[in-house]
Amino acid sequence: MSTQTATAGRAVPEAHRLAGLLAPSGPPRRAGALAASATFGRRAILKIKHEPSQLTDVIAIPVVFTVLFTYIFGGAIGGTPAHYLKTLLPGTLVMGITACTMYGGARLAQDVTTGVFERFRSLSVWRGALVLGGLLGDAGRYLLAAAIVVILGVIIGYRPDGGAPGVIAAVVLVVAFGLSLSWLWAATALLVRNPATVTSLGLAALLPPTFASNIFVQPRTMPGWLQAFVRVNPISHVADATRDLMNSAGGVGGAVAWSLIATAAITLVFAPLTLHLYGKLD
Amino acid sequence: MAGDSPAIEARGLVKVYGETRALDGIDLTVRRGQVFGFLGPNGAGKTTTIRILATLTRPDGGTARVLGFDVVRERNAIRARVAVTGQFASLDDDLTGYENLTVFGRLRGLSRAASKRRADELLAAFDLTGSAGRPVGGYSGGMRRRLDIAASLIVTPDLLFLDEPSTGMDPRSQSQVWELVREIAAAGTTVLLTTQYLEEADQLADQIAVIDHGQIVAEGTSSQLKAQVGSGSLHVRLLDGEQRSQAQAVLAGTLEGPVQLGADPLTLSVLLATPADATDVGRLVGHAMTRLSDAQVAVAEVTLGQPSLHEAFLALTGHPASPAATDHEDTNS
Repeated sequence: MSTQTATAGRAVPEAHRLAGLLAPSGPPRRAGALAASATFGRRAILKIKHEPSQLTDVIAIPVVFTVLFTYIFGGAIGGTPAHYLKTLLPGTLVMGITACTMYGGARLAQDVTTGVFERFRSLSVWRGALVLGGLLGDAGRYLLAAAIVVILGVIIGYRPDGGAPGVIAAVVLVVAFGLSLSWLWAATALLVRNPATVTSLGLAALLPPTFASNIFVQPRTMPGWLQAFVRVNPISHVADATRDLMNSAGGVGGAVAWSLIATAAITLVFAPLTLHLYGKLD
Repeated sequence: MAGDSPAIEARGLVKVYGETRALDGIDLTVRRGQVFGFLGPNGAGKTTTIRILATLTRPDGGTARVLGFDVVRERNAIRARVAVTGQFASLDDDLTGYENLTVFGRLRGLSRAASKRRADELLAAFDLTGSAGRPVGGYSGGMRRRLDIAASLIVTPDLLFLDEPSTGMDPRSQSQVWELVREIAAAGTTVLLTTQYLEEADQLADQIAVIDHGQIVAEGTSSQLKAQVGSGSLHVRLLDGEQRSQAQAVLAGTLEGPVQLGADPLTLSVLLATPADATDVGRLVGHAMTRLSDAQVAVAEVTLGQPSLHEAFLALTGHPASPAATDHEDTNS
């Protein structure tokens, strides 16, 4: 009562403008799960747009490793740089994407520790939407990394025998593998809830298996125990599968099947775990 | 039917964090259309109460219904009808003001076109059109809070939670925020606001509950509480700290109301009881000053003002507010 009289007594310009905006909105609506996820995806992309420096690693890692290995080690490892590029480029495609899979998790860790997360939670929205939307943002990041590697490869002389269909299939496979790792880092993020920890865990956990794979060299000259690791390392299988798809016009070998199994297995473990951990925050 | 129930009805709310009983049996009834003020120092349990009522955390004991819906079992129904604005529920610093509003619009179930239209309308109404394209991280405190409130009005809520709406704001921004709250209430939205400032609760709230150590210690309209608190507070600053106990004795003998010693050894204050005739206040204070001079006490400064929250607490609860609030008062003065 008293507030109404107080308002009437003062001429506030904003008051008149606000009055029309506060009409009852009718029965409450609920955003669909898909629309909400897409909105969170758009939010992730907008964040990259406002701070493009986030993409430094996404761009630098594949460029540096492709150029470095092709021209410095290429002759020694593969006879000639051009010949080595056939093996290396599909490998750096895998590396370029796996190396940036933890950034989505770091972003999620940041989100759940800031006030905006409480605001998201205060809305009537399907609770997986924030995580799924983050993955959509990740997919955008991975596609960018893939485009950079492929374009750079073509510029320095790589010619995919598999043609455009082979390259597209390879990119789809690697992005799917990257997204399975996104789930792993999302679960990690919800456990540690600290963006810097997620990033450093990511670097520590991804760098060794990236080198202890067949991305750069075949394991022939490695000690036996390391060869055994390289052979079971999913990154080796994905690199082989990517080579198969990009370099051969004909059929593909078992590596593609193994990569799909690894991708599905990682996703099936970490996607439900992530959603469970996220639900517990509620 | 949900439409006839009170906006908020809470019985015996308890929330325990480790050893601390953050809420220790809160009872609360807020009628629809009311502006309800929740007054208390830092750590008293204000934010915890709001978080339970907004379904962001579950109570460890007791029950609460918001707009007729249970806060544990019918969370989505509540979430669709309330909005939360506050220190703990905030905005996306990396996104622009416009982007923040369109994102929240989509999440509130508006179509793409409707969310853009609503964002434009709100930015214009809140005088933020000029900054709409800048990231929120660069906004001033006042702009930020206006956008924060705008984001809560994308769909007109039945109930708005405002957590410390003007904390840390300059006086001009503070009065803008107060006007907004009055407007929102006038349009029919129930408002529950928390504050550390007696004046803010006085300015905005129809009904005020004072909370301390997780319990409601007093409740009433602003004038009912003021009558309990007294008409004001007399602060005296001495030239010589040696004379403080002498001054204390003189003031205790001439004025009704408890004499408090300040943290500064030169200061003391008296919470004045409300005399039957308000014009008596000046005469009573004048008399006390004369008596101090008679007793040869050297006075450096005398001020008469609204009771601080610290003093109001003393009057309402019989004990000082928690240390956190005392610190806050000290840094402000």
